[in-house]
Amino acid sequence: MKKQIDNLTRSTLNILIGGEAGQGLVTVGQLLAKSLVRSGYSIVVTQSYQSRIRGGHNTFAIRVGAGEVTAPTDTVDLLIAFDRETVTLHRKDLSSRGIILFDEAFGIDGDSFLKVPLKDLAQGRFLNIAALGVVCSLLALNQGLVADAVDDLFGKKDESLATENRRVLRAASTWGGTQAISSYKLPAVTNPAQRLMMNGNEAIALGALSAGVRFYSFYPMTPSTSIGLNLAAQARKMGLVVEQAEDEIAAINMAVGASFAGAPSMVATSGGGFALMVEGISLAAMTETPLVVVVAQRPGPATGLPTRTAQADLEFILYSGHGEFPRAVFTPGTAEECFHLTRRAFELAERYQGPMFVLTDQFLADSYRAVMPFELENLAPVKVAPEGIASSPYLRYARTESGVSPRLVPGMSEHLVVADSDEHTEDGHLTEDLSVSRQMVEKRLKKGEGIRTEVILPTIDGEAKPDLLLVSWGSNKGAVQEVAIRMNSGGEKVATIHFSQVWPLVPEHFMDHFESALEVVCIEGNALGQLARLIRRETGFHIKKKVLRYDGLPMTPDSILRELNR
Amino acid sequence: MVRIEDFGNYETAWCPGCGNFSILTAVKQALVDSQLKLHELLFISGIGQAAKAPHYLNANVFNGLHGRSLPVATGAKLANPNLNVIAESGDGCIYGEGGNHFLAAIRRNIDVTLLVHNNQVYGLTKGQASPTTAEGFVTKAQPEGVPSAPFNPIEVAVAMRTSFVARGFAGMIEHLSELIQHGIAHRGFALIDVLQPCVSFNKVNTFAWYQQRCDTLPPEYDPTDWEAAIKVASEWGDRIPIGIIYRNDRQTFEDHFPVLDQGALVGRDTDRAMLKKIMQGYG
Repeated sequence: MKKQIDNLTRSTLNILIGGEAGQGLVTVGQLLAKSLVRSGYSIVVTQSYQSRIRGGHNTFAIRVGAGEVTAPTDTVDLLIAFDRETVTLHRKDLSSRGIILFDEAFGIDGDSFLKVPLKDLAQGRFLNIAALGVVCSLLALNQGLVADAVDDLFGKKDESLATENRRVLRAASTWGGTQAISSYKLPAVTNPAQRLMMNGNEAIALGALSAGVRFYSFYPMTPSTSIGLNLAAQARKMGLVVEQAEDEIAAINMAVGASFAGAPSMVATSGGGFALMVEGISLAAMTETPLVVVVAQRPGPATGLPTRTAQADLEFILYSGHGEFPRAVFTPGTAEECFHLTRRAFELAERYQGPMFVLTDQFLADSYRAVMPFELENLAPVKVAPEGIASSPYLRYARTESGVSPRLVPGMSEHLVVADSDEHTEDGHLTEDLSVSRQMVEKRLKKGEGIRTEVILPTIDGEAKPDLLLVSWGSNKGAVQEVAIRMNSGGEKVATIHFSQVWPLVPEHFMDHFESALEVVCIEGNALGQLARLIRRETGFHIKKKVLRYDGLPMTPDSILRELNR
Repeated sequence: MVRIEDFGNYETAWCPGCGNFSILTAVKQALVDSQLKLHELLFISGIGQAAKAPHYLNANVFNGLHGRSLPVATGAKLANPNLNVIAESGDGCIYGEGGNHFLAAIRRNIDVTLLVHNNQVYGLTKGQASPTTAEGFVTKAQPEGVPSAPFNPIEVAVAMRTSFVARGFAGMIEHLSELIQHGIAHRGFALIDVLQPCVSFNKVNTFAWYQQRCDTLPPEYDPTDWEAAIKVASEWGDRIPIGIIYRNDRQTFEDHFPVLDQGALVGRDTDRAMLKKIMQGYG
């Protein structure tokens, strides 16, 4: 078994770039990652940073492979140190073949060290580019392709800068070629398919654009902010309004107002910001206004660890908003799922007229992946208020079989549209007629039955009667997949079940698998086992063993295997 | 164009003698005089007795949360700038719970007309102090008298160069109706603070109290003179000036968004070719 595990981990390479905030390590990381993706490799990026603008210790890790890479890993094969602290902190993580690449000016020495004359190569100015050149040459990446990635990022407008960058890259590459280190050459990918490099937040923004988002309001909060930045960059071209609101309460109420008036709308935030939005969630539910809500989790309570990752807000999202109303909670595990499930959330929000959730976390939000381009031709935007025909006088909350009332938007016809956060009659006006109230509660909940018929099935891999069934949701998907592959290749019988939608839970979708497994283990990024608790509440099935991580870092296959005592 | 009878007649949840009745009458008259189409009119309100007002006339209505009418109005106006959007709520809702949104709406200068029913007390929750209640005013919640100084919305609005600032009195329906009409016609954010008695919970600022003090600004008063306006805005005592106190022609919020040049965001097609290009940008 050991040997096979080694084979799998050996077929990938983990590159960790470390340094202070402000040293440009993210730039080098992005350029290297882009060069790898364009060369046809699969990547998983893990960004770890501190809540500060300069200084501190940040890392940008790229796990790369010619085959599919699905998860980050703990051991480091190539450590690129922009400061001494990086060497001190991560030396212990080096794999048996690992080396540390650092500036010779640090004046430290030892085994596995590759001292680079960065200042000479960079002529004192382009240290990052020099480091990039050396690494790319060790990895045997095509130099022209790397240079193009640099040009794409910095632009070709400044001809002298572009020339200088290329010169430094060439010098660094030549120097790297003289080092006779061949163990990092990646197997070449022949005729690589064109792929995109995208992190979870970018995929969510693109998914929203493809769904026809017309209004996005937000208050900046790590790790959700870049969704808004990506949308703002395309707002003019794609015909949407992006507004930075005065607070999260305003953000969600604006989105509700825009959606009521007919613009497909989305908000994104993280735990504390979402706490402020919660009354607005209830408002969207009561007024039956479509709304997509993205929550990128970070550890709490309160301000918690602002730049780290967690899966600790599942229960919060499930129960957010006073009163009883239906919802769907999507928990993407990959960048592709971020794209598709955001679209799905828009579709459900329009179809069932209420708030729908996409729950991610810092790890996935910031994690760049290589993804196949989406087939946009087949992905239609949502249709707003598609029912069109309505009775006269128009009843915004007409009671129907499905609980879904024909929706009109104000100003687009002669019909008047009345919506109310108070309990209301079918025409939308507030009422204290308690028999009406009962009917309206039932009408709203009825929509939940429709949502339930459209639940995305959990992904089940492996044999039907495994010795061990691993349960995951959200960003742990890839780590759990790799654990199963590694254990199965060691002769064990392991299956996995992944929930990309955790609510509604439909027991028929998974209970057979739970009951036929010898042991079920739930793997979550929180301290209480929130999905396990939800499953027990809904099915009575008690998942006794859990692998829980709540130190702010993402799950890795090794960390799961350690907890499983394997 | 809308006629008075198009608004219908509704039974209300207001106390007999409430200032809200006159405000509702003035609003209807202003809408008729503005020659608007009923279906292009959208009322957004919050929570409180004043916030129920839009339920008592035929129009598009979104009756949202306490304090949050302005963000909803902002979102709706951006989604469809063709709508005439009127936000209507009480002093507690707008100046208290929604204070931050009030300041932000002024800064944005969104083309929304804001009607604030200001009776200097919380009515629906039975008589606690509001942001505009006078210092020392005794309530069951403030038995030693209100310990905070009152918020002067007009003074704040003029100081922030709100593009239209007016104060009316529910006891002068025609005058109020004209103010509302001007507010609707104004391009940009228009605040109309309406003084009104609360017959149930404010025994100090009564109808007679307001009537003795409310004084219309003289015809020669120039509301574009900011320094004069600041002086008028700070007046609150034996004389309370009413009328259009300040206005300017600031650029509206919507004008900052080129994407709105083509009008409403509603019903637009998604540019699939552009989307594909954006996606390829990640390659």
